[in-house]
Amino acid sequence: MSNGLSNSSVGRKVLMALSGFFLLFFLMQHFVINLFSVISADLFNEISHFMGTNGLIQFVLQPILIFGFLFHLAMGMYLERKNSAARPIKYAMDKPSENSNWMSRNMLITGIMVMLFLGLHFYDFWLPEIKTKFIEGDWSGLNNGEFRYWEELHHKFQDIIRVSIYCVAFIFLGLHLSHGFQSAFQSAGFNHNKYTPIIKKLATLYAIIIPFGFIFIALFHYFTQN
Amino acid sequence: MDLTLKVWRQKNREEKGGLETYKVTGISEHASFLEMLDIMNEQLIKEGTEPVAFDYDCREGICGTCSLYINGEAHGPDRKVTTCQLHMRMFKDGETIYIEPWRSAAMPVIKDLIVDRSSFDRIQQSGGFVSVNTSGNTQDANALPIPKMNADLAFDAAACIGCGACVATCKNSSAMLFVAAKVSQFAYLPQGQVEAKQRVLNMVEQMDKEGFGNCTNTGACEVECPKSISIKYIAKMNREFLSASCSSES
Ligand code: HEM
Ligand code: SF4
Ligand code: FES
Repeated sequence: MSNGLSNSSVGRKVLMALSGFFLLFFLMQHFVINLFSVISADLFNEISHFMGTNGLIQFVLQPILIFGFLFHLAMGMYLERKNSAARPIKYAMDKPSENSNWMSRNMLITGIMVMLFLGLHFYDFWLPEIKTKFIEGDWSGLNNGEFRYWEELHHKFQDIIRVSIYCVAFIFLGLHLSHGFQSAFQSAGFNHNKYTPIIKKLATLYAIIIPFGFIFIALFHYFTQN
Repeated sequence: MDLTLKVWRQKNREEKGGLETYKVTGISEHASFLEMLDIMNEQLIKEGTEPVAFDYDCREGICGTCSLYINGEAHGPDRKVTTCQLHMRMFKDGETIYIEPWRSAAMPVIKDLIVDRSSFDRIQQSGGFVSVNTSGNTQDANALPIPKMNADLAFDAAACIGCGACVATCKNSSAMLFVAAKVSQFAYLPQGQVEAKQRVLNMVEQMDKEGFGNCTNTGACEVECPKSISIKYIAKMNREFLSASCSSES
């Protein structure tokens, strides 16, 4: 049957929405943990050590997360390719801004900007972690007898260029989420006279608070270097 | 009013078309857009040029035949109207107006401004009906209680005239608003329950086969739809599809 979940337009959109929800949830917990780096270095170290060494998180949840990102990326590209093939001849005169907003029309662009940023982010934090833990075999989380996590994070944000790239990337993420958050509900079939307007407000809040929160964290570390 | 028109001309399905420029003068602002095109065609005939082919039937906003992407918008700059109900007072004297056919791989141009919308027919044929016998044994309408809300929802969905503005407007050429309206008008009524599962599966399958794109929830379709079909019906279709594909016995 060619109308199952993964091989129909509606099914693929539902999968896109589910991967979107998953990433939204991940981003939220990532944000909360990072926020601790502003509040208390010790607490941040404790949590980071737990996240970095817990077997369930490292060997079950982390692969799921990577799969979730790759799936979201691949499905997003696939859908966009189909979508542009659905209109081989474009209009000579088109005014899309008369009936829709920029964010909703440019999910691929904002998404790819996020992906590019993730390349840098992996290089900054993920690859060093992999190197320390899996290649050097050091799971202690220690450097000179003290937890290294907060120091490493803080150190990364002394470079103004890196901080700027992070800030710009989060603006793209905010644009992506301002449409994505509420769009995922609609794709999953959720549309309610009373709750949909509330979801749209929550989406706006999420798309402002989380990206700007991350920007705040990056700037905080930049300006508190000694 | 004097206007400059940039009109898409194309001999047939196969040949590549292009925009031609025509000037029309002395158009009344009370004229409808189609009347303006009639005047343009008379002028072209007098000049010995082949008139521009465009679609229409009722000219009163109920059949959905007139189409046209006018100045970058389906059915032109007005809201909740078809092109036959669009008036020239929406334009300024001396304006240049682009007139193009619907653009979609699933709705190819046949000639000039006329597109082949039989993909919509095939979607309808795949499930947009109820197989109840309506002749001879008609029962009393009140024998089948239907909640007022469901009746209204089905009625609003049934207002879709199959014009294709949703497809033309959507950046992905998605037909989801049309298909959602056709699925929902039955899904909200008891008469539609018998074939409900197979209907949504078949109609979505046919929609995909025709080569329409995927919905990105931009909401452009509901803004340009002359019958104000809401995208809440797309969510309804998605729910119907999900429950059908999770439980269908076939
Ligand atoms: C890896 C880089 C990313 C790319 C290339 C990407 C791409 C896309 C694309 C193209 C869409 C629209 C798909 C469609 O409507 O057909 C989309 C939707 C979405 N994205 Fe992303 N995205 C990325 C990262 C993220 C991240 C980090 C999050 C959340 C933390 C996210 C959350 C969402 C959500 C919630 C949707 C809406 C799903 C829907 O409309 O049903 N995306 N993404
Ligand atoms: S949903 Fe609206 S725009 Fe689409 S075909 Fe029906 S009436 Fe036309
Ligand atoms: S000609 Fe029938 S709706 Fe315009």
